[in-house]
Amino acid sequence: MKAALLWATVGAALLTSPVLPGVGQAQAQAQAQAQAQAQPRAQAPAKTTADGIAEYRKMLEDGNPADLFEAKGEGLWKQKCGPRNASLENCNLGKGPGVVKGAFVELPRWFEDTQRVQDLESRLVTCMETLQGFNATEIAKTEFGRGEQVNVTALATYIAAESRGLRFNLPQAHPAERKSYEIGKRVFFFRGGPMDFSCAACHSEAGKRIRLQDLPELTKNPGDGVGFAAWPAYRVSNGQMWGMQLRLNDCFRQQRFPFPGFGSDVTIALGSYMGVNAKGAQSIAPAIKR
Amino acid sequence: MGDPMRIRAQVSANTTTVRVLMSHEMETGQRRDPAGKVIPAWFIQEVSAAHNGKPVLTASWGPSVAKNPFMRFNLKGAKAGDKVSVTWTDNKGDKRTDEAVVA
Repeated sequence: MKAALLWATVGAALLTSPVLPGVGQAQAQAQAQAQAQAQPRAQAPAKTTADGIAEYRKMLEDGNPADLFEAKGEGLWKQKCGPRNASLENCNLGKGPGVVKGAFVELPRWFEDTQRVQDLESRLVTCMETLQGFNATEIAKTEFGRGEQVNVTALATYIAAESRGLRFNLPQAHPAERKSYEIGKRVFFFRGGPMDFSCAACHSEAGKRIRLQDLPELTKNPGDGVGFAAWPAYRVSNGQMWGMQLRLNDCFRQQRFPFPGFGSDVTIALGSYMGVNAKGAQSIAPAIKR
Repeated sequence: MGDPMRIRAQVSANTTTVRVLMSHEMETGQRRDPAGKVIPAWFIQEVSAAHNGKPVLTASWGPSVAKNPFMRFNLKGAKAGDKVSVTWTDNKGDKRTDEAVVA
């Protein structure tokens, strides 16, 4: 919260002109109101809480600090490092060695070399091991936000940003990919823990929210730039960049489930489930969240 | 030497909008770590901007500015191809300068 408030303060204090997106929206609203008046007794478009949050996000988008992580990730992708002093430029993210653009919207997918369905972050760790000589098990055990995990998140931010505006289209040709989807579906609806929660408890109906946060309906395509299409994202409230692995880890925490392992089959299966459901949704990642 | 800034400078008519995103922890010195020890203050103290080497903005910042701060200002008289550079100095004496070309 501190970050959010102060951020707004800095913006306001140093602006010499009003924030343009806000102006645009005000005009759009004025037009909408004019139209509403033209039709007598039509419902006046009241500004809902969701509109307010959307407006706030719009203002933040202008200076999304995810850009900083994106720049860092791009540098890391091209920089020679690790025990083998190699870059990741030959990493195969599913579209051939070194192909970055469009890779994000087709993950998780089956990889022949590892004989696994992998999501973006677990695939990056594989490349860090095979190309750069890092120890993948060590990285997986590292806490989020520490050591090499920081670099994995930055890399994921860069890879995702290269597919900004593209539409999700996960492959389902391989039996393992279809299996991953089915496992993901079961995990999504699996109820348990001290609160008898499942992912579906919060994410299987439209129009639900927790406090002021709208909850995307993840059993179908929730729309462009919502849910799976919005992560990695920068969290303004804690000033952290979060990848999908950390997002899911926190979902498990919120349900009071045991934490899943980094890049574990269950997290990848949930990725497959959400990703396949999001088919056709436009990616806005890296996004900005409250 | 901190991480690179992102600077965008766009000209429209006679006014150039410069948007700067800085990468900095901006630690206030008020927070404590899990062991109860105060995390030392670490924040940007001075920000300056120059247009083709000529200073156009200086600002004194303090610990109340957020992490990864975003700054935006308007500049008159800049043309496409001109250079805008931004420099920050923090309370540890660390300094970073980045440059962008007006588009």
